Amino acid sequence: MRFMLFMIPNIEEKDWMPDPEGVAAMTAYNEELTKAGVLLSLDGLHPTSKGARISGGGGHVTVSDGPFTEAKEIIGGYWLIDVASKDEAIEWARRCPAIQGPATIPNYDGPVPVIEIRQVFELSDFPDELRRAAGED
Amino acid sequence: MDQARGAEDVQRAVEAVWRVESARVIAALGRITGDLGVAEDFAHDALVAALEQWPTTGIPISPFSWLVTVGRRRFIDRLRRSARADSREQMLIRQFEGAQARTGDEIESHDVETGEDLLRLMFACCHPVLSNEARVALTLKLLGGLSTEQIAHATLEREPTVAQRIVRAKRALAAARIGFEMPPATELQDRVDSVLDVLYLIYNEGYVASSGNAWTEPTLCREALRLGRVLAELLPDVGEVHGLVALMELQSSRLRARTDRDGNAVLLGNQDRSRWDLLLIRRGLAALDRASTVGQGLGPYGLQAAIAACHATARSLEETQWIRVAALYDALGEVAPSPVVELNRAVAVSMAYGPEAGLAVLDSVAEHPALSSYHLALSVRGDILERLGRFADAEVAFRRAAEMTGNEREQLLLRTRADEAASRLSL
Repeated sequence: MRFMLFMIPNIEEKDWMPDPEGVAAMTAYNEELTKAGVLLSLDGLHPTSKGARISGGGGHVTVSDGPFTEAKEIIGGYWLIDVASKDEAIEWARRCPAIQGPATIPNYDGPVPVIEIRQVFELSDFPDELRRAAGED
Repeated sequence: MDQARGAEDVQRAVEAVWRVESARVIAALGRITGDLGVAEDFAHDALVAALEQWPTTGIPISPFSWLVTVGRRRFIDRLRRSARADSREQMLIRQFEGAQARTGDEIESHDVETGEDLLRLMFACCHPVLSNEARVALTLKLLGGLSTEQIAHATLEREPTVAQRIVRAKRALAAARIGFEMPPATELQDRVDSVLDVLYLIYNEGYVASSGNAWTEPTLCREALRLGRVLAELLPDVGEVHGLVALMELQSSRLRARTDRDGNAVLLGNQDRSRWDLLLIRRGLAALDRASTVGQGLGPYGLQAAIAACHATARSLEETQWIRVAALYDALGEVAPSPVVELNRAVAVSMAYGPEAGLAVLDSVAEHPALSSYHLALSVRGDILERLGRFADAEVAFRRAAEMTGNEREQLLLRTRADEAASRLSL
């Protein structure tokens, strides 16, 4: 089963670009995922100042350019992995340096990064009615 | 550490760690103990210790080092208790004590993982002294980290059968004195091929048996593909490894399109190509690209992957580059001749150069014992004869094909095709 691991760094936009040590640690982690044969894809995302939010309602579509100053839990990137269980996905997230770093520092009071794990739908997870709507014969 | 989670959650977490780490732990202990069965026993001891301790201590930062250290400590303890430790074992004990005296604990530099350990474990699990069934079972158990129950479930066998097979396989390896050495350079290619064949066997078992079984396909196909990717990282310069990975990625890209909602097989030509998995196609093409650039030319798996790539990138059956597919089957027939390759070549040739040419290929192998009563061969013959307008012959071929398969759905499909051919005859 596939899981999306969303990295939520919980940092200010001005701190968005990681330092070289952070990049090296994350690269080593990505290599570990690759060597274990579970990594399907990954990407890092620009801060919200380069993005926008689009919503519909009241008879029109609204586009708001970033940055989203009021917003919390902004996604910084993701990994897509293929593993046997949710527990295995949790284990991989646990090992991420962004999680292990703060976890190993007593009295840590910096930003607390969070990884949110979400299982990816497979067609077979849908009831028949939805599978038909998705165009399956 | 993992404070927010209850004891039951920690147990599940330990099991997840085991899935992720067991192969590397067994591989590292294999290097230390020199025996596969012993390595597995002590890895298991370490797992039991983890289940006891981690609920209170939390999961250590490096579960791998923890498990290897505990497994190794218990192994040394047993050596100490045994009065008959040989000179190699005495040396291990001294090394261990020396490390303890130096650092206060027993974590040694050689508890650090090397990819080579894992490679040795792969070679041992797929050793030619073992039967294919034994290789598959050992690979799923020791490299995949699956329990005997899970393997039995996935391979549709009884658990005691699988358990006994694994015990016998380990005994056979011990009896043949197969430890954890790297094969000599002269044998390396054969041994790599053996690993590739076992992985593809596992993959195919999942691929073929999956209709109507929600467990077999995901478990076996995913595990074979995952281990293929692991091997590709360990042997980046071996083209055929990338070839097999490419083949499995590309075949997996079609998994969700090849059965309908009722679990009936949907043939390639009738599959909804919009349902193919673009991510896996992209990964498959990238692996194929590596297989081609590493050198040595494409081997049997690489060629099959190249054929799969032709299909994966074609918008429809008609728009497939059939001339290229036929040429690839020619090449495959050269390096890995088999009647089934010829059968597929006949289909490709018929698409590239017309049914007459395809029939000629088919006729050249039709009498082969592997094909003369093979329902797919007869079904292909019916297909080609129908395209030639030889409806009476086509009907006969489809009827014979229906007789040759035990699968009721296939029988139904083939009889329908026979009836259709017959009805066109009378027009």
